[in-house]
Amino acid sequence: MVGPNITVDALRHLAPVAPDWPGNEWWHWLVFTVILIVFILVMVIIFIYLERRIIAWFAARIGPNRTGPFGFFQNIAAALKLLLKEGVNPTNADILIFWLAPIVNFAPVIAVFAVVPFQNGALLADLNVGILFVIAIGSISTIGVFMAGWSSGNKYSMLGAMRMIAAVVSYEIPVVLALAGVVVLAGSLSLNDIVIAQERVPFIVLQPLGFLLLFVGGCAEINRSPFDLMEADSELVAGFHTEYSGIKWAMFFLGEFGEMVVMSTLIATLFLGGWQGPGLPPWLWLLIKIFIVDFIMIWTRATLPRVRIDQLMALAWKFMFPLALVNLIITAIQVLAWPDALPLYVIPINWAITVVLVLLGSKLFKLGWGRVEV
Amino acid sequence: MKFERYGIGIAKGMTVTMRNLLRRRITTQYPEQKLTVSRRTRGNELVWNKEKCTGCATCAKTCPQGVIHIVTSVGEENNYNVEVFEVDTGYCISCGLCVEACPYDALFMAYAFELAKYRRSELVLSRDDMLIENKQASAYFRPEVDKDLPEQELLINRKE
Ligand code: SF4
Ligand code: SF4
Repeated sequence: MVGPNITVDALRHLAPVAPDWPGNEWWHWLVFTVILIVFILVMVIIFIYLERRIIAWFAARIGPNRTGPFGFFQNIAAALKLLLKEGVNPTNADILIFWLAPIVNFAPVIAVFAVVPFQNGALLADLNVGILFVIAIGSISTIGVFMAGWSSGNKYSMLGAMRMIAAVVSYEIPVVLALAGVVVLAGSLSLNDIVIAQERVPFIVLQPLGFLLLFVGGCAEINRSPFDLMEADSELVAGFHTEYSGIKWAMFFLGEFGEMVVMSTLIATLFLGGWQGPGLPPWLWLLIKIFIVDFIMIWTRATLPRVRIDQLMALAWKFMFPLALVNLIITAIQVLAWPDALPLYVIPINWAITVVLVLLGSKLFKLGWGRVEV
Repeated sequence: MKFERYGIGIAKGMTVTMRNLLRRRITTQYPEQKLTVSRRTRGNELVWNKEKCTGCATCAKTCPQGVIHIVTSVGEENNYNVEVFEVDTGYCISCGLCVEACPYDALFMAYAFELAKYRRSELVLSRDDMLIENKQASAYFRPEVDKDLPEQELLINRKE
């Protein structure tokens, strides 16, 4: 029987524990959240600018260079144009979900950054399940896509959404397995601890296969070319956001590039050593690494032709999935064999394993039970 | 063994794009930078030699667009005086057939291309607009003009 018998002492135990605000002040949390959101939006704008500029360079063009210094304000002009456009609502649309979908798509992108460390301990929430949080929150974007496809009341949007979800769900598996390899190596799920664990060597050196899998899977998951056939601008009509216009479409666009920022940040944090680096301040190192990853993504986009849907699925299930499993098992064995710290001579071993596995995977890779010549 | 299947193809492609990244940009910023136009091109204008023209109107008959308008009168020495020679460049397709047809080598193409106007009527070139004394004739179908022109480099081979 609880009730009158409870003493004041017992009540004191029930009092809520002070939440773990950064700096133990609630307004720190508010200020840093706002700073982080602004940071992400600025990063997205920079990424869009870089994308347009660097893609242009790859095509021996110049790219936007008229609006503002070096054409930097071109995106702001484009954003203003989008904001001023009419937002068309289809007659058959499920209006509430139609409006919610872009927000559901974009909000997780911002939320993910709460666990990204910019310096030792400089992160909004040092969750001890950091990576799990990233994966879980990051997957919510896909629900936004499905909501968009469904609520548009248009079968082609729906098909586009399903195409995208099929790809994202397939690629989630190798990506998560590659991340698991990192977690096993670092012995922690917290992103901050993972970065600290890379003090000696970044994990890209220790685990080239994991990096490759995360990079390719990540590109597929955020719809980067050559895996961008969910919206394939040059052959299909945009897929799930066919019916969107104006500011809602802009949200999807932001979300797309926001996911690119997230993926670059994740790869930089998990495999390139995050904020670690000599000389420069840690946050600058992280930024530099993010931009390096971004550049490589743009480079692949400028180079590789789009894959077919069966090639896309086959790559996920027949090539990356087994490789990711093998990678995880090998990592686990190595960590079991050297529980304290991996000796440096596993690096050449791991590179050799990577080369052999990739060659083997390519040799055994078949489409359509081997009937279709690739 | 097809090595293209083991990632070599991707690596090759990546080097190709990287080489393009480091190459000179092919784009010119038009109003500020202008490409030198080939002096053998068919521009949007015609150039007319008043001395050589006999007013035979072959050019007017050849023009598929019918935009050359010639009015002649009989002169003293059993010749034609060209009273009106007008070309409506708004309809001209720069085909160059009039130049090729002229039996007296009196008509030339020109290489001007910035000829946007505010009114249609301004597009009609009168005889005085086309006089060869004021305009540079293109070497199109005119080997005697071509002789005196310097060799021009192709754009794609341009170095700087
Ligand atoms: S260039 Fe062709 S279209 Fe133009 S005036 Fe001569 S014949 Fe006619
Ligand atoms: S064809 Fe030649 S010579 Fe005859 S009218 Fe035309 S420009 Fe004059």
